[in-house]
Amino acid sequence: MPLGAYLTLAALVFAIGLFGVLTRRNAVGILLGIELMLNAVNINLVAFARFHADLAGILFTLFTISITVAEVAVGLAIVIVIFRVRRTVEADHLDLLRG
Amino acid sequence: MTAEMLAFAGVAVVLLASSLGVVLTPNLFHAILYLAVALVATGVVFLLLDAPFLFGVQLLLYAGGVVTIVVFAIMLTERLVGTSIRQTSRYLVNGALVSLAVFVGVAGFLVQAPPSAPRPAWPGDLTVAVGQALVGAFAVPLELLGVLLVIALLGALYFARSEG
Repeated sequence: MPLGAYLTLAALVFAIGLFGVLTRRNAVGILLGIELMLNAVNINLVAFARFHADLAGILFTLFTISITVAEVAVGLAIVIVIFRVRRTVEADHLDLLRG
Repeated sequence: MTAEMLAFAGVAVVLLASSLGVVLTPNLFHAILYLAVALVATGVVFLLLDAPFLFGVQLLLYAGGVVTIVVFAIMLTERLVGTSIRQTSRYLVNGALVSLAVFVGVAGFLVQAPPSAPRPAWPGDLTVAVGQALVGAFAVPLELLGVLLVIALLGALYFARSEG
């Protein structure tokens, strides 16, 4: 398959993830959309690495995967704390910092 | 139609369908299960791109780790898996328009791009090459990654501690 096929697939997954981030009300649902977007970026990195025979893209993907796992752990810890304090994880209700 | 094209088409269909499931299903618990399918399908895309090592990492960290953590979070915040977990979405039309615009913008670049050259040869054993790069040129980023993981661990502990 040509490089464009992989990039198109990644763009589609990215758009779907963006749709999830924009439309979900639940904070956990928003995080799931972000996961999809990060995945699409990883596909891009690996595809470019493969078609340019450059190892750096593979290593970048390795780093982004690890960092994403840390991000999810901290993000969900925040969600749980918010739930403990506010009894909701609806993003629209979390407007404590709104001016 | 070659075997590679068939495999790519199959995994693309699975990946796109499960991604749509993640963002569209009203049940958040089902969304996580769809996410697990999407993450495994992404791993298969890595396999098609001759990166079996990343497939293993993807399964271990993403499909194993992230899905488990998210399931935990849902259990803790919704307590009863059932009706309370249903959730509605908002701005469906606006969200679809914005993401469609982003896709069209990216696809515009892809259409203009010159056709790619066929895949060049890949350096022998990828796992060996990755391991050597991690202790060679990428040693400092690897150490920084370790620091970041420790900080994330401490941060999560700080958030999760009991009051007082």
